[in-house]
Amino acid sequence: MNAADKLTRMANQIATFFESQTGDQAAGVAAHINENWSPPMRAGLLDHIAQGGADLKPLVIEAAPLIRPAPARAL
Amino acid sequence: MKDFIIPTKDWNKDMGTPARAGKPVTLNIDGVAVTVPAGTSVMRAAQEAGIAIPKLCATDSLEPIGSCRLCMVQIDGMRGTPASCTTPVHEGMQVHTQTEDLKRLRRGVMELYISDHPLDCLTCAANGDCELQDMAGAVGLREVRYTPGENHFETRSNGEANPRYIAKDISNPYFSYDPAKCIVCMRCVRACEEVQGTFALTIEGRGFDARISPAAPDFLSSDCVSCGACVQACPTATLVEKSVEDIGTPERSVVTTCAYCGVGCSFEAQMRGDELVRMVPWKGGQANRGHSCVKGRFAYGYANHADRILNPMIRDSIDQPWREVSWVEALDFTATRLRAIQARHGKDSVGVITSSRCTNEETFLVQKLARAVFGTNNTDTCARVCHSPTGYGLKQTFGTSAGTQNFDSVEKTDLAVVIGANPTDGHPVFASRLRKRLRAGAKLIVIDPRRIDLLETPHLGQSWHLALRPGTNVAVLTAMAHVIVTEGLQDGTFIAERCDLDEWADYIEFVQNPDYAPEAVEGLTGVPAPLLREAARAYAAAPNAAIYYGLGVTEHSQGSTTVIAIANLAMMTGNIGREGVGVNPLRGQNNVQGSCDMGSFPHELPGYRHVSDDAARAIFERAWGVTLDPEPGLRIPNMLDAAVAGQFKGLYVQGEDILQSDPDTRHVSAGLAAMECVIVHDLFLNETANYAHVFLPGSTFLEKDGTFTNAERRINPVRRVMAPKNGYADWEVTQMLANAMGAGWSYTHPREIMAEIAATTPGFANVTYEMLDERGSVQWPCNDSAPEGSPIMHVDGFVRGKGRFIRTAYVPTEERTGPRFPLLLTTGRILSQYNVGAQTRRTANVVWHDQDVLEIHPHDAETRGIKEGDWVRLASRAGDTTLRAVLTDRVSPGVVYTTFHHPTTQANVVTTDNSDWATNCPEYKVTAVQVALSNGPSDWQERYAVQAAAARRIEAAE
Repeated sequence: MNAADKLTRMANQIATFFESQTGDQAAGVAAHINENWSPPMRAGLLDHIAQGGADLKPLVIEAAPLIRPAPARAL
Repeated sequence: MKDFIIPTKDWNKDMGTPARAGKPVTLNIDGVAVTVPAGTSVMRAAQEAGIAIPKLCATDSLEPIGSCRLCMVQIDGMRGTPASCTTPVHEGMQVHTQTEDLKRLRRGVMELYISDHPLDCLTCAANGDCELQDMAGAVGLREVRYTPGENHFETRSNGEANPRYIAKDISNPYFSYDPAKCIVCMRCVRACEEVQGTFALTIEGRGFDARISPAAPDFLSSDCVSCGACVQACPTATLVEKSVEDIGTPERSVVTTCAYCGVGCSFEAQMRGDELVRMVPWKGGQANRGHSCVKGRFAYGYANHADRILNPMIRDSIDQPWREVSWVEALDFTATRLRAIQARHGKDSVGVITSSRCTNEETFLVQKLARAVFGTNNTDTCARVCHSPTGYGLKQTFGTSAGTQNFDSVEKTDLAVVIGANPTDGHPVFASRLRKRLRAGAKLIVIDPRRIDLLETPHLGQSWHLALRPGTNVAVLTAMAHVIVTEGLQDGTFIAERCDLDEWADYIEFVQNPDYAPEAVEGLTGVPAPLLREAARAYAAAPNAAIYYGLGVTEHSQGSTTVIAIANLAMMTGNIGREGVGVNPLRGQNNVQGSCDMGSFPHELPGYRHVSDDAARAIFERAWGVTLDPEPGLRIPNMLDAAVAGQFKGLYVQGEDILQSDPDTRHVSAGLAAMECVIVHDLFLNETANYAHVFLPGSTFLEKDGTFTNAERRINPVRRVMAPKNGYADWEVTQMLANAMGAGWSYTHPREIMAEIAATTPGFANVTYEMLDERGSVQWPCNDSAPEGSPIMHVDGFVRGKGRFIRTAYVPTEERTGPRFPLLLTTGRILSQYNVGAQTRRTANVVWHDQDVLEIHPHDAETRGIKEGDWVRLASRAGDTTLRAVLTDRVSPGVVYTTFHHPTTQANVVTTDNSDWATNCPEYKVTAVQVALSNGPSDWQERYAVQAAAARRIEAAE
């Protein structure tokens, strides 16, 4: 399984949890990712979504606008 | 500076019989008035008054039996000479401990004892530490009038072999049993029953024929678990540590904390010079209350093992042999490489893994090294792979990432629920305390795929075993909640006062769904619905019910959800905030709690404050004079993924063996192999070191000062009893590495690091080494609002305010059985070994477990033609290994079980990269596998052995 597939699986697992919760599910998914994922991981996921988001659950796609893009950083 | 705590005599004064709680009673002993709780023995009351009554069979860890008759006293108004150990005090009692009659009678008793005891005192291992010798002196024994006759100690008498003589049993690697020296006081038998709860020892015969027996040919082949309680209780050299036989008696004692499991037992390291003579559990230790297990008591020999590496080593690439170098060269080499990597690939291309085996102070420095010196939040710890879901689940529901109780709390428990934990093996001293409570009538619910030893507790009362299929924890716990809610068994008052009612209403709607009825989930979980209903009702009905859980809860794709389900159950039944109840994660390693507290996680600064929290960051930015990154860093599995993808190049691993302990070994090795600078800081060339470029030798817990925080949030002091054999304590090594990178740190003692922790972390605000010296230990939070620390949490309200119920929908793991892999593998550990075995495999503990074996149900074995002891191949979609089979009905059909203590079997070659949805804690506990007969080691095992041997070569010194 390559890195992108792993991010897809992790994002789908998070979405699966929030699918059963009440309230703003997309916000729950985005907040969890923002709190726990490093910027390159978030960038990887957002790239994947930008390319169509194959195999991602609709809730992940819905959460995408709320996921904080990776900040530009110097080496 | 006071580095050593040398206990005063009083710390270990034997009060003769256990303490009692009761109304005050005043009596008079030898003219001294003394007030003690009702129920106290005359012996203990006398000891309180400063009068030591002679005794042999009594000791304050055991209930008295009045057998030796040495402790007799005279009491006004009472006939004869009652035993003071079994006579309770009453108001106005007049006791005489020393009269002409008593003196004569006691001498007579001693004379009889000595008439059947060898008089080889000068060459006896207990010389100077023998209660029989002391008592002979105390009663003034001057002669033994009996002529030689029948006895138990002479090998030959009247020219013939003495039929009563039994040879010394040296089968146990750590202690010997010499029946010739036994006075049959039965302290050992009672210690085994009352303290340890194993019931391995008994008395054979009566009167003069009475002998102590392990009910087996010898101790090693008996039920004995080698906890040492009998050795500690023995008043003579009958049961004695072999180390005392070898070295002699100790001359000083330093109180410190065991470096094995999360129970955090206090021990006296008893020393002669700088040689450790023995480790003796300290009575003042509030986690263990004077008890121990085979690991902490005896398995410390790894500290002197020949495999220990004492000099730094480097190499350019991992196909080269190691080269021993000076510390300066090793640190320059490392700093140069790390700087070059960061210059080329960015500062986030490196990271650290802190150790849950090292001290709080050392862990704090390693995460500080990452955040403040490397400039990255890429820091993680082995708690990632064990209890990270506990952190997430309890923070979401209660507001703090820790267990709610102290261990003493178990003494008030009426019903214990043990989920996914095997305390008799993983947390033995806690298990003994729980068993004591179970013998006293507390009920037990075990939720585990395997029939654990706790279910076979002697004198166990009512118990339920919910032998669920691996991976169905959430379904079982939610079904229990369903029963409680639909049958109206919840604690409405507690919920109304303490919990968020909107969330409770939402939760009721969720959990009432018939899909979660025990009958509906039975097919999935394998737990019969009536049994589940009974267990749920018993949990809700118990006045005090406590949940204890382990990695069988956390190491699942729904690990965090399971922790939430546990918290929900405790809240809905009001089992939070007092003694005897609560949610108690049993932590695997000594300092898992501490390493999490100290900010080892990539998203949390010390004290569980998120890195994006500007106020929290500002505190550390001021203290450290740097700017901190507000973005979360990489977790261990993410580091390895990034390494395989070429983005992560350098890793400093302190006291951790990720290659053996982390799942999907092939993926871990691919990640490590892709890095350009792996720094392993450890006692031994562990498996991870096969992929390392720098080896920095570590120090043992005996060689440094610091603190460990155990599973009950107790900050326990660790004290240096000998100089580090490698030259530096681990905190000094981290400091040297930081300074080689230009940090300019100048700590001279771990107390200064603790001062920095206290200044920056609210829960530790009032913790100082002086306080720990004075009080022994303290449970966090310890600050101005809880100056005495916090034995029990959430007493008047939850840390987060209102307790939060969260829906726990069951989601099956992606790891499914099928035609290729029809069985489910689950993993665990055993008593004598610890984690990856790096320490315990280098001790005599290997006599109990020299290899990992596969437990398989006889039915599954038969269909595969497997017999007891056969070599079998264990394969999953991740990899395969071989090991020997053991047939047992402890596991259900369809489930197999193994341990992961030995690198030659490497159970983690088989486990997969599935992980918890919230924390990426790996799903060790569920792997779909196939088992088949095999001829010997797998190709992988053979390749690994060759690679490991090559990677461990050390160039001859020039």
